[in-house]
Amino acid sequence: MSTALIGFDAIEAFFPNGISRYAIGGILVGLATVAIYVGTGITAGASTFLESTLSYVSAQSRFAQYRASRDWRVVFTVGIIGGAALYAFIYQGEAWSLTNSGWVTEIQPWRLFVGGILVGIGTRIGKGCTSGHGICGVGSVSRTSLVGVVTFLVVAIITANIVAGFGVTP
Amino acid sequence: MSRHRLFMPLILASGLVFGFGLGFSHMARPEVVIDFLTFRDLGLLFVMFGGSLVAGIAFWTLSKRGTNAPLTGTPHGRRLKSFDRNVLIGGSVFGVGWGLSGICPGAAYASLGVGNWPILYAIGGMFIGAYAQGIWRSQQTGTESAVSTGE
Repeated sequence: MSTALIGFDAIEAFFPNGISRYAIGGILVGLATVAIYVGTGITAGASTFLESTLSYVSAQSRFAQYRASRDWRVVFTVGIIGGAALYAFIYQGEAWSLTNSGWVTEIQPWRLFVGGILVGIGTRIGKGCTSGHGICGVGSVSRTSLVGVVTFLVVAIITANIVAGFGVTP
Repeated sequence: MSRHRLFMPLILASGLVFGFGLGFSHMARPEVVIDFLTFRDLGLLFVMFGGSLVAGIAFWTLSKRGTNAPLTGTPHGRRLKSFDRNVLIGGSVFGVGWGLSGICPGAAYASLGVGNWPILYAIGGMFIGAYAQGIWRSQQTGTESAVSTGE
């Protein structure tokens, strides 16, 4: 009885919003990855889009290598934006209405901008991001991806706690 | 790689589900990611576990059977990338950026979809970062090949 209560408290403490939204969301992301994989054999990641799209405006060899995939990566990203917009339309604000559908972060712009620059550099040097390494790579039991995920996860945890420790909020 | 006419529709439909899933999981909100990284809500573990488990079952099954993808003819394989120190260096730089901003590429695109316009700061930053490393590495490769060919 008491252990059951302690267990419940721990679940409450670590999962204040439950787990269903996370698990369902994750499974949908996984299913989308699988659909592309089954149909095309491609293990799609989200960060290659940055470089493949840059090949439209730059002839640098680093970007040019992605020319063959740049068109479908744009379509994939447009789909991601559209799917999230559909989610917002249904679940944010009034259901099935545009009223209050938009959600806006309170994180300060400089954090988003500086963080974004580092994400852009790091994901491309590190051969993948949370979807490429995290979903496809871990799903492939790739040792490189497992090391990559542990690296960015540990560094991100340290960084976020230092930033919070300095009282930077939001 | 010749493409079937259903190639783009499949990519678009999958992108829609991918983005819907990121919205539904709340990963499109930087605050939720930062709450995860500071141990206030560990729910995001289930996004990565759920996603990689589903993907893993498909990758494992199909790569074992040695089938080809119907829309491209590409063999079903696994995502295996070579390991070198770039994985650690890049992963660390990405980790600092992710921990500071609470946003990663896929979630950033989805964040734009849920109406979070300030995420354009992050997406703009990502393009600048990707561009900077691309210029630097293109030049480095150029120098290396020039050296190796004795020019």
